[in-house]
Amino acid sequence: MSVTEAPPARTTEPKIRKPSARKRLVPYWLLLPGILWLLVFFALPMVYQASTSVQTGSLEKGFQVTWHFQTYWDALTDYYPQFIRSLLYAGTATLLCLLLGYPLAYLIAFKAGRWRNLVLVLVIAPFFTSFLIRTLAWKTILADGGAVVDVLGTLHVLDVTSWLGWTENNRVLATPMAVVCGLTYNFLPFMILPLYTSLDRIDGRLHEAAGDLYATPATTFRTVTFPLSMPGVVSGTLLTFIPASGDYVNAELLGSTDTKMVGSVIQSQFLRVLDYPTAAALSFILMAVVLLVVTVYIRRSGTEDLV
Amino acid sequence: MPVLRWIRRNLVVLAGLLTLTYMILPNAVVMVFSFNKPNGRFNYAWQRFSLDAWKDPCGVADLCGSLSLSLRIAVWATAGATVLGTMIAFALVRYRFRARGAINSLIFLPMAMPEVVMAASLLTLFLNMGARLGFWTVLIAHIMFCLSFVVTAVKARVMSMDPRLEEAARDLYAGPVQTFVRVTLPIAAPGIAAGALLAFALSFDDFIITNFNAGSTVTFPMFVWGSAQRGTPVQINVIGTAMFVIAVAVVLAGQLIANRRKSNAGKQ
Repeated sequence: MSVTEAPPARTTEPKIRKPSARKRLVPYWLLLPGILWLLVFFALPMVYQASTSVQTGSLEKGFQVTWHFQTYWDALTDYYPQFIRSLLYAGTATLLCLLLGYPLAYLIAFKAGRWRNLVLVLVIAPFFTSFLIRTLAWKTILADGGAVVDVLGTLHVLDVTSWLGWTENNRVLATPMAVVCGLTYNFLPFMILPLYTSLDRIDGRLHEAAGDLYATPATTFRTVTFPLSMPGVVSGTLLTFIPASGDYVNAELLGSTDTKMVGSVIQSQFLRVLDYPTAAALSFILMAVVLLVVTVYIRRSGTEDLV
Repeated sequence: MPVLRWIRRNLVVLAGLLTLTYMILPNAVVMVFSFNKPNGRFNYAWQRFSLDAWKDPCGVADLCGSLSLSLRIAVWATAGATVLGTMIAFALVRYRFRARGAINSLIFLPMAMPEVVMAASLLTLFLNMGARLGFWTVLIAHIMFCLSFVVTAVKARVMSMDPRLEEAARDLYAGPVQTFVRVTLPIAAPGIAAGALLAFALSFDDFIITNFNAGSTVTFPMFVWGSAQRGTPVQINVIGTAMFVIAVAVVLAGQLIANRRKSNAGKQ
């Protein structure tokens, strides 16, 4: 969704007429209420947050702007493990989403035939059930002594993952693996839908042409299908990585105190500790890091026209 | 080995179906455990079959109250975001004017921002204004973050519309209002409906932004969050299952109607 909607092929440029003065104002009247809403409740809050992050004081005595930039440095040195963990978990989940989501998107676009609509419904429908309820269901699935843990234990997979530090002594719940599993699950639809839209736009005759030129299916995929699906890959990874990096629901419900992500820290500083300057600084650092990662990524993948 | 060859040939289909299973699995678990009768407070291990929770879905204090609150917020947020978002989408596609680039970025940014950042900054605004957190602050926040999604959905549809249809209407002496209501709106309707559906789902399901800006007001996702610590009642599984079934039914019905329209149009 969102970034995927590159203009469709059959775009017809609206006619440009010489408008009268009254008509020239029409677009501004159409924009006014919505843009005002975004300015007041999206842009202005950012300004307030910026000012909060350089304040000092306490809840009892009140906060004052003192241009105390030290807060940023303190926040970074105190919470850098949570920052690194957030980026690591979100990055791993995004990669897993791509690996898991690509075959399914490919299946819907090229192989599903008359089952296509049903599979699409099955991809979207879980999205309408409360995601908190579904995340809690993972507690049951990954429970100690449950079927999943038993199978992984018998296959000695848990030995390997424990050695890698992803799980701990024969349990999956309350480990990094559970958190990444939850993140991957929750953001999969955001990967599959853009991938599907861009795969669906590929002309099937290109595959035939590749086959006529003696390309094996693997070569066709590597040189034709995958490059043409790049817009979907880029918007899918962004739609997965950005929300995953700020998420704290999966880390809180499926993880332990050792798997806390930066979202949890911001939430508890704001709502429990009530240390507003630190919380605001943390939130700004997160925003800056995400914007930086996204900008570099978009530059590297050469699809700047998407944004 | 014919079996291995068959697996190799159908590798994509098998991998895709595996992913689909991964996606449906939690829904299946929620459904199965809605028929459970747990021993303690936590509904995590299967005990025995029971229909108790289905007979009495509102049997837990505050559960249905939070559900109706979430529904009310979602309806108003959908209405607000759809009207404002559709207006913006039309302005962006149909008119050329200055500041289009800036406005496009302002629409894009809320979608490119981790939710927790928006949630925290909105809270600083409300704290500074001395606003009382509750229904209204949640509604304001929901309209804000749904707006961008509605704009993108409607924009995609309006972009692919043929402006000659509206010119034809004008040539046939339709006034501007008549043209809009009888021609423009019906053609844009699927995009507007998609945007509205998305807004409804996003608002109904939102936890992070609501968690920051709701004060002591409890929406359904917040109720579920709280219950994760205290012990989840089976009724939550019942409501989760019902939501899943209703969503599948609504989407399938919509597709059936669309298919029938298509085949009717083919006959004429």
